[in-house]
Formats: sequence, C-alpha cells, structure tokens
Amino acid sequence: MRKLLLGNEAVARGAYEAGVTVSSAYPGTPSTEISEYIATYDEIYAEWAPNEKVAAEVAFGASLGGARSICAMKHVGLNVAADPLFTASYTGVNGGLVICVADDMGMHSSQNEQDSRHYAKSSKTLMLEPADSADCKNFVKLAYELSEEFDTPVLLRLSTRVSHSRSMTEVSERENIPVKEYKKDIAKYVMMPAMARGRHVFVEKRIENLKKWAEETEINRVIPCDALLGYEESGMSASGGEGLKLAGGKIGVISAGIAYQYAKEALGGKASYLKLGCVYPLPEKKIRDFVNSVDICYVIEELDPVIEDFCKTLGLKVIGKEKFSLLGEYTAEMIAKVVLGKEREVYETAKDVPQRPPVMCAGCPHRGLFYVLKQLKLNVMGDIGCYTLGALPPLSAMDTTLCMGAGIGMAHGMEKASGLLARKTVAVIGDSTFLHSGVTSLMNIVYNKGTSAVIILDNSITGMTGHQDNPATGKTLKGEATYQVNLEKLCEAVGVSRVIVADPFDLEKMREVIKTETEAAEPSVIIARRPCKLLNINYEERYDISAEKCKNCGICMNLGCPAISRPQGKAVIDNGACVGCGLCYRVCKFGAINEISGKKGGN
Amino acid sequence: MAVNILIVGVGGQGTLLASKIIGGAAIETGCDVKVSEVHGMSQRGGSVVTYVRYSKEDVASPIIERGEADIILAFELLEAYRSISYLKKGGRLIIGTQEIAPMPVITGAAKYPEDILSKLKEAGINACAIDAMALAKKAGSEKAANVVMIGKMAAESEIDKEIWVNVIKQTVKPKFAEMNVNAFLLGYEA
Repeated sequence: MRKLLLGNEAVARGAYEAGVTVSSAYPGTPSTEISEYIATYDEIYAEWAPNEKVAAEVAFGASLGGARSICAMKHVGLNVAADPLFTASYTGVNGGLVICVADDMGMHSSQNEQDSRHYAKSSKTLMLEPADSADCKNFVKLAYELSEEFDTPVLLRLSTRVSHSRSMTEVSERENIPVKEYKKDIAKYVMMPAMARGRHVFVEKRIENLKKWAEETEINRVIPCDALLGYEESGMSASGGEGLKLAGGKIGVISAGIAYQYAKEALGGKASYLKLGCVYPLPEKKIRDFVNSVDICYVIEELDPVIEDFCKTLGLKVIGKEKFSLLGEYTAEMIAKVVLGKEREVYETAKDVPQRPPVMCAGCPHRGLFYVLKQLKLNVMGDIGCYTLGALPPLSAMDTTLCMGAGIGMAHGMEKASGLLARKTVAVIGDSTFLHSGVTSLMNIVYNKGTSAVIILDNSITGMTGHQDNPATGKTLKGEATYQVNLEKLCEAVGVSRVIVADPFDLEKMREVIKTETEAAEPSVIIARRPCKLLNINYEERYDISAEKCKNCGICMNLGCPAISRPQGKAVIDNGACVGCGLCYRVCKFGAINEISGKKGGN
Repeated sequence: MAVNILIVGVGGQGTLLASKIIGGAAIETGCDVKVSEVHGMSQRGGSVVTYVRYSKEDVASPIIERGEADIILAFELLEAYRSISYLKKGGRLIIGTQEIAPMPVITGAAKYPEDILSKLKEAGINACAIDAMALAKKAGSEKAANVVMIGKMAAESEIDKEIWVNVIKQTVKPKFAEMNVNAFLLGYEA
C-alpha cells in the first residue's frame, strides 16, 4: 500500500518494518517526529532520554542486548552523542543499530549548519543518505541488514527538507526479528587500549569491505540522461552556462539526498546522474567510471565539499564549490543557472514588506521574566529553546546563545574573567535544557566556588520542538505517568542552598528575587515556574485598553506581545489573539488596561 | 509539468492542515505528490510557507521556488504581499484578508503596508481576496478559515468537489468534519 508519508514518519515506518524494538532520543528539529511516530507502534519501546549522548548509549546498550535499536537527533545533537559514536564504531553491534542525524541546511531552527557527513568519515561509520520518504523507509531497513552484516553502527543522514516533506511511500508488514542472545565478549566490548587496538584493525578492514559493498549496491546508482541534447533541442541560448558550452556534450551530476532532487528538478533528462545513497564510504570506481563517461561533471551537494573533495583526491575533474555555495540550501533555480545558464522571470517583491520574525506566543510565561531582566540591565547568558526569542526586540534581554546547556558554564566563566561581572550576570535556561546538560555546569559552579545566579525557566515542557515530555514533566514519550524530577531538590543536592521558586508573571517579586540573588555572594537558582500557554492553559479573564485612560506611554508595547499593537497612536488589544495572561494589565501604570468579563474572541 | 501550490501564512493559521488536504486530494486523482512543511522555530508566530506539488509524472523537488507557483493560497494579507516572487507569471493569488501585525510593526520599527490588494493588482497579478475569517465564523469557527480558502481554490481547480469533501472528512477530526465541510462549501461558492 502506498501512503503519503513525512520523511521522519517513513524513517519510523522503516524501523517498525525492520523489527526494531528499542528507540531512545532527545527531541531536536528537524528530527523530532521520528521518535514521535515510532512511539505510536506498540511493538517498539520508545523513550525520550535527557540528552543525545544518553539516547545513543541506550540504543547501543539495546543493540548489545540483541535488539534492533534506533536513536534520532538533530545535527548538533550528534556533537553531544559523538563520544559513544566513535567507540561504538570500534565495538560494533549485536542487534542492528541505526543513528539518525538530521542536518538543518539554511538553519530553519538551529544555531549552525554543520555537515554531519564529517562524523561518518572521522568515526569510520557507514552513512546512508535518503532523498525522499521512500528512500527513508528503504534505507532504514537496509541499514539494519548492513549493521548486522558488517558489525557497524549505521548513520542515516537526513535534512530538513527530507525530514519535513511528504512523498509517496510503499508500506509493508513488520518483519519478525527475534532479539539476539547477548554474549559476553571483553575483546569486542571493553574498549581499553589492548582490546581497542585490536578493534581498530577490524574497523579499517570493515571500511575496506564497505567500500566493496558501496561499489555494488543499488543505492549508488546511475540515472542516465534522456538523450544527447544540443543547443536547439535544449531550447537554451548559446550564451548558456558551462554545461552547454560543450555543445551537445554530456552533462553529469554526482549528488545525494535532497540536493539530488533539486538537480533533477533543474536539469531533468538533460543530465545523467550518479545518485549516491551511501555517502560514506564513497565508491571510488563507480565515481571514476561515471566522471569518465560524461564530458562535464558537477558535484551538487549542500554545505561542505565532501563528495567533491573525494573526487579531487582521485584526480578527477569535477565542478563543485567554485560554482555552488557553501552556505544554506540549494535551489533548482541556482543549479539551472550554473549548469544551463537559465534564469527565471519573477514578480519583484515590494521593498516595503516588513519582516515577520518568530515571536513568543501571547501568554508565554517567558515574557514576564525577560521584561524584568531587561529592566535590570543584566548580562544574560542564554540557552536554546523558545526563550531564545527573548534576545529579539523589544525584549532584547539575552546576550548569548551557543549550544544546549552553555549558559550556566558561560556565566561562571564571566565571573572568573571579572568578579564584577558576577553581580551583573545571570544564566537563563529552560527546564528541558537544564536536564539535558545544564545540571553538570551548575555542579561546576558549586564545586569551584562560583556565585552565579541561574534562572531555570520551568514551563513544564520541551517547548520549541513542539511539546515533548522530559524527566521533569512526569510523563513518558508513550504518555504514561512516571517519576517527576524535582528541580528544587536536584539543585539543592548539587550544593545550591539558595533555591527560590517564583512566578514570572509576578513581576515585582521576580525583580526583587533576581536583584537579591545576583547580589548574593554564593550560587543561587531561581526557578521561574509557569506552564507553557500552549499546554491547554486557559486564563479566564480578557483585557482591553481604555482609550481615555491610555497615556500612550508605550510600556505595554515593551512586552512584545503579539496581541497588542498601536495601529493609530494608542495601544489596542486584539481580542482574538489575547489569551488573558494579564501581563499587560500588570505593567500599565495608568490603570488603562481593564479586565473584561468572560472569554472573548477565539473559538 | 507539476501543479505547484504555495500556502503562506503566519504560524498557527493552519497551513499544515491545508497542505495535507490539498495533497490528499491530489493523490485521489492518481498523481504523484510531494508536500513540504515547516516545523520548529518559525512556527512561533513567524512567516510559514508550505508547498504542495503534484503531477501525473514523478515529482522531484518538494520545494516550490521563485517564479514557480501556479497558485498561492495566502492566509494573511502581508504574507500574500511577501510571497509574490514565488508566483509564476500569470499565476493565481488567492488571499484571505486577515491582517496580523508582525513584531516590527507592533514595535513601530516598520509599517504594515497599505492597499496591498490594489498594489498587487497594479503589478498585474491575478489576485482575488476573500474574507475567509467571516465565512469560517459563519460555518462555526474562525479556525476553519484555512478550509474556506481551500474551498475558494477548489472551485477553480480541476479536481472534483466530491474528492475535496471526502478528503476533508478524512483529514480533520470527526467532530469537526461537518463544520469544516460547511466552511469548504462557503469558500467554494464565494
């Protein structure tokens, strides 16, 4: 049966059909839905781990225990999970192990656009790269066979456009794969120097074997051009791009993943393609034969010149990054322009179109906290989550965003750079991010006699990725009730004696608490606790602004609430967008904002 | 050649559901379909673009690029204005007249452009506007404005009305099926 599946859904389907029984992951756009779809299968145990390293270790343990297992993460998540990956490459597996890593070209929802293919090469791990949902499903199933046959973890490289696009996919039944027996084997699984030296020999041999496989596999395949097209037939002008300057010459394209789709879209049957389904290790002979079979060969790959560099080390003449960008996503248009010299005619976008950056939702609990932080003019070492939006105007109250969990360590570093900075600096981190990798940094502050104030924005959920549970929410990925980590006790346990819980909407108290705790010469944690508005939180009141009482001071506008605007001078509240959190009511100094009874607007 | 439908709006306006319905209807006609969605940060009140492409032949890229959209379904006026470079010359722009001020407008750093619809028409764009919110309210919920817009588009499409209605029934939650079908029909007849 053919279904229109999201790429991530197809990965989950592949895991299901391949008989996977264990899944562990930490959410991260664009990989999150893989685990959410897996969780819908009763046959698969699926969990959210506190971070990607833990998830990879759980999946690896399950593999040793004989199960086919999977874990999924975004590209930067693999930085966190890199430690187990590199040595799991040495130990190999028992049950098949697949690690999905979703790159975010164009940084739709990320802090950088690193190319995960480097991890495959440096950890000497097989990496497959699907180009659509059907590939996603098929490659996952193939990955389990390869993982067990070659005794290797397998990386599945995804991208935002493959993960988040739907295409037709044939679904079939689940294979019944029995969980294998676990056998103790210290030479294989205890990686201390003497054993690891032996396994390194194995790894190098495995790569040689995988190279042979890569030459033969059907997922590295040539798609020939329709016919030789000359100038006239192609309908291009003679001033066309390089491809056509070789009149009637054959154009070749080496590509993989989503970039292949863009190339196919741009060039159609005018080019022959070598579509690589395996991006590490690369098939030397297949590539050499392909390049030699065409007159001009382009390597079309987003981000880094991985395939191109490989071709060039083989001494092959290919065109790559000298014509194509190292930055962001590719388009069929840019490929057509380079290869065919073809440009499109488009309507010009007007100059007066204002940007529409993402904003904190109306009713977001983070808004109150950032309003106070801005008033206090503090240096705010930020972190990753919805609250990163607190860096944008008008709140403009976050100084840094580096990586998951970084803010706490950075605040400590600031203090060590200059004692004066400690009194003016706070770290801000979400509940899920704190449990991901903030708690170790808090321990560091206590251990090393730091005095930083850390604010945990506890909105009771992992917000930005779309509401995933975490160890502090009391619910599992499967929706079952579970033990709930007590953040206060956790912070106390690592040695913080000043742990204060405050409501981010109680602006006066929050201001006082932050002032006191930044001045305190010992470490402190402020838990700013209020649940995410999108968690079915319903505030009963609604508000409007009295045009008479409004002095047009603009203080309510400083909240950056999407429900308040000032179309003709004075501020007004959009009844449909207002959710009744009442923050504006609290900041208005002239009593111009009134409660109006009952819920209004919305549905 | 693929039919390219671009759906633009603001996070929370239901562009994802709209793309699911349009994709679903295209499948019913035996076409290959690709739909591309946006998840994550930009969903938080930012500009959201989703793409639906379908064809009797295989569809390669899931993305609609500049100058390629046969139809743009815009759920918000400013987003319609922003999207026109994606419209194919001679393509159709169907606009919901809702206005949502973006943060730079709210803070006063920018102005919400005036007379967008007439500017678009002056630029020679085949645009039409529909008060989808009002019609959706009539059907039972403003949240169905996205389905009203689909109705308006469907009336101009080659896909049968029955197919659209069935796909809507299959896609939305059963308790909202009737309301959404009504919203669709109001858009269809608008």
